[in-house]
Amino acid sequence: MAELLLNIKDLMVGYKVYGGLLKVLNGITIKVNKGERIGIVGETGSGKTTTVKTILRILPRTARIFGGEILFQNRDVLKMSRNELSVLRGQGISMIFQDPTASLNPVFTVGSIISDVIRYSRTLSSSNKSSQIKEAAIDAFRLASLPDADRLLANYPFQLSGGMRQRVCIAMALATARDLLIADEPTTNLDVTIQDQVLRLIKELVDKKKTSFILITHSLGVASEMTDRIYVMYAGTIIEQANTQDLFENPYHPYTHALLSCIPKLSGGGIASGIPGRMPDYLNPPQGCRFSPRCPRALPICEKEKPPLMEVEPGHEVACFLFATKQGVQQ
Amino acid sequence: MSLLSYLVRRLALAIVVLIGLSILLFLIARVLPGDPARIALGPRAPEYAIENLRKQMNLDKPLYTQYYLWISNLLKGDLGLSLLSRRPVQEDIREYFPATFEEVLLAAIILSIAGIGLGVLAAKYTNTWLDGIVRIFAYLGIVTPAFIWAIILLLIFGYWVPIFPIQGRISPDILLPPRITGMLTLDSLLTGNWVAFWDALKHLILPSLALAMAPMAQAARIMRSSICSDLGADHVSAMTAYGVPQNRILTKYLSRLSLIPTISIMSLDIVALFASAFVVELVFNFPGLSRYGMHAILNKDLNAISGVLLIFGALFTLITIFIDLIVAYLDPRIRLQRRGM
Amino acid sequence: MKTLNLNATWNSIKRSIYKFSRNKISVVGFFMVLFIVIVAIFAPYLAPYPKHAGAFVDYDNASKPPSLAYPFGTDAIGRDILSRVMFAFRGALIMGLGVIAMIVPIGVLVGLIAGYYRGSWIDTVIMRITDIFITLPALLLALAVAALLRPTLFNSMMAVAFAWWPAYARIAYSMASSVQNEVFVRAAEISGASKTHIIFKEILPNCLVPIFTKMPLDIGWVILVGATLSFVGLGEQPPTPALGTMVSDGAKYLPHQWWVSVFPALAIVFIILAFNLLGDGIKDMLTTEEV
Repeated sequence: MAELLLNIKDLMVGYKVYGGLLKVLNGITIKVNKGERIGIVGETGSGKTTTVKTILRILPRTARIFGGEILFQNRDVLKMSRNELSVLRGQGISMIFQDPTASLNPVFTVGSIISDVIRYSRTLSSSNKSSQIKEAAIDAFRLASLPDADRLLANYPFQLSGGMRQRVCIAMALATARDLLIADEPTTNLDVTIQDQVLRLIKELVDKKKTSFILITHSLGVASEMTDRIYVMYAGTIIEQANTQDLFENPYHPYTHALLSCIPKLSGGGIASGIPGRMPDYLNPPQGCRFSPRCPRALPICEKEKPPLMEVEPGHEVACFLFATKQGVQQ
Repeated sequence: MSLLSYLVRRLALAIVVLIGLSILLFLIARVLPGDPARIALGPRAPEYAIENLRKQMNLDKPLYTQYYLWISNLLKGDLGLSLLSRRPVQEDIREYFPATFEEVLLAAIILSIAGIGLGVLAAKYTNTWLDGIVRIFAYLGIVTPAFIWAIILLLIFGYWVPIFPIQGRISPDILLPPRITGMLTLDSLLTGNWVAFWDALKHLILPSLALAMAPMAQAARIMRSSICSDLGADHVSAMTAYGVPQNRILTKYLSRLSLIPTISIMSLDIVALFASAFVVELVFNFPGLSRYGMHAILNKDLNAISGVLLIFGALFTLITIFIDLIVAYLDPRIRLQRRGM
Repeated sequence: MKTLNLNATWNSIKRSIYKFSRNKISVVGFFMVLFIVIVAIFAPYLAPYPKHAGAFVDYDNASKPPSLAYPFGTDAIGRDILSRVMFAFRGALIMGLGVIAMIVPIGVLVGLIAGYYRGSWIDTVIMRITDIFITLPALLLALAVAALLRPTLFNSMMAVAFAWWPAYARIAYSMASSVQNEVFVRAAEISGASKTHIIFKEILPNCLVPIFTKMPLDIGWVILVGATLSFVGLGEQPPTPALGTMVSDGAKYLPHQWWVSVFPALAIVFIILAFNLLGDGIKDMLTTEEV
């Protein structure tokens, strides 16, 4: 029944910088089934954005992909040609970015931008008449609940509020996403009052269009509302993966525990605790588990070897030697 | 603030600046050279002649009166007499200005199209041999002053591969078109005189090219570096992610964004063309206003100098405003955004 | 706007030098400039025929093409072009360094004052004056002024300085007025610091980056304007050699005795190129973002 749409296997990505290579992604494995809504949760700098940028191959020039593979609908994304990538981006996968202001070219009207996006997302056979494109643009705006779509097309990005800009980006993403929609921290840069609206809009549209969905966020709370399954990411590694409900009820990894305890609870009193320590230096990352320097329950083996993702319950995997049974080595 | 009110504000400012410029030029012309009357008549002129001339030139009156007289004459169109040509300066200007104008116009066209085109090309093919060539050319172009380009072009096209004429505006045996604008190319076009048109154009090419080389290199360089630095920007990733092909992103989106800083710099360069023309016209013996001005400067012909500098000052101000308008058109943020403190 | 890291410890200086040296082109520029300076200072010892830089005539060897004895050839009255070019470097450097040394302190000071008193009449007056100056290109203004004075090196330096100083005033002004509202300036004012202290200790350090990146490039451009001035006969007078004068003198003999014009012209390009490369390197060094 579950058809595998996106299969990221052991992805290793780095950035070339002044002193060497920033080894950010340390073997990421993520599987998305058709129709599934998954969340990737982690702190800032954990490599979430790098992961999704690699899927769409929009990494900066300094990036190096040095391991793993990405299969989308059983085609190898990492080996695709320019044209194939164009089709992939225009018709298959789409992305909503974190900063709507930076994502829109400031000297063009939003109408002009979305018209181009729509024009290039169509297959060669369909007509490209400008009136049809304009219709499609207005439709997309309406879908993203942007009022007065007709007049809005003539506005420049700086004339719109932050929330409206993000909705324009959502409209564009929806116009080009058939199979998979990725949202990279779509509300982080918005006012708190708007965040809820935009998140609800995204959820509604994903449900309506039945697209597969990846949500990137640093907030477990947001993830809990919008996803079926969550991957927890730390320092370029997937450290736990489970159904959303399972993850909240039964977290395994010490980092997941710490994240959950960061969420302020309305009941129970007490102050939400932070996590002591900092993210590792990507130039010289720890050889073993990347969380081990901060982990309150680290074992001697954690510093030496990288723990693989192991299934602890059906559909629930953890990368931690604390829970290694037959495969792992317990000391 | 719409385009119109922007324009009005700039014009008002320009008038103030031009008045200031006239004061500055007046002071320079009167204060620096010592006694203008003595200079005009030469070192061996008798005292009474000098005194007469001083009275004639109003040099015995206080400075502000002199300025007032000078300005009121100016506004009537009277720029005084030239020492060299013994004609009213304004007539000299009318005669020579169109030549320099069409020379600079052609240079401006060449440098805009070629400069921007090369910049986009280099950005499109970054890190290939084409990019390398463009970058080297751009660098060398910028560091080579116009008069040296003039000499290089003179050598290449005047002597080694003599295709273009190297002096004057038009060959002596060609029939001149009637004077409509004074610009030989335009006038001959307007009257359908193809022979004259081509001949005038051939005479224009070398001076205009010499003027255009350095700013062209500068424009290409800025355009290229602006596009390249924008390549990593979020809006480019976003458009790529939506499936818009790289070519389109480059030629439409990045180009317009990068044109803004390029054109701003180009405005300074275009204005500087008139200044470089001073020397280029000497090299090619091109009878334009700049050469006239150059002779005036070397012979301390005060009226002519002030006249030429004032005309150029007004011209530069207009050009700057015109280009600012273009930039305001390209960049909606300038004309539509409310200016906050 | 990338800011200068003011942590002027030895480590930071070492790191800057290391950064500069990684960019091969800037290192080339640095050595080119060094070469120019050495040639200029030691011209009497380095030039093969130092006497040719003064009043000298040798018709037997006139208009000789480049050879081992005369690497750049000789001019119409028999003077060695190479030696004259080397001596001409002196005037060029004096012009470039002298003008910049004069106008930067004055221009920056004026700009800082105008920027600090932004909004008052001081600001308006100063800025309108600089507006007037930039209406005309520097070359024109310098030409006009130089022509009205007696033609000497000093006078042409004055003329160029007169035309060039507004550029620095404007940079200092825009940096000062943008920084003026920052917290640390307000803090200094509240704690009673004197205006002089604020201008020099708080505002000035933040303006240094664009000024230091502009200065080496401008040395090249000033030398260019100087060459243009001497091309038309202003500036140093014969027999002292000046690059522009040599080019224009030799222009009469094109194309047959091309070396008389071409080598001085190449020297001009070489000097401007050197300062441009150096200036670009300094700009990269001062404004690279740390990763």
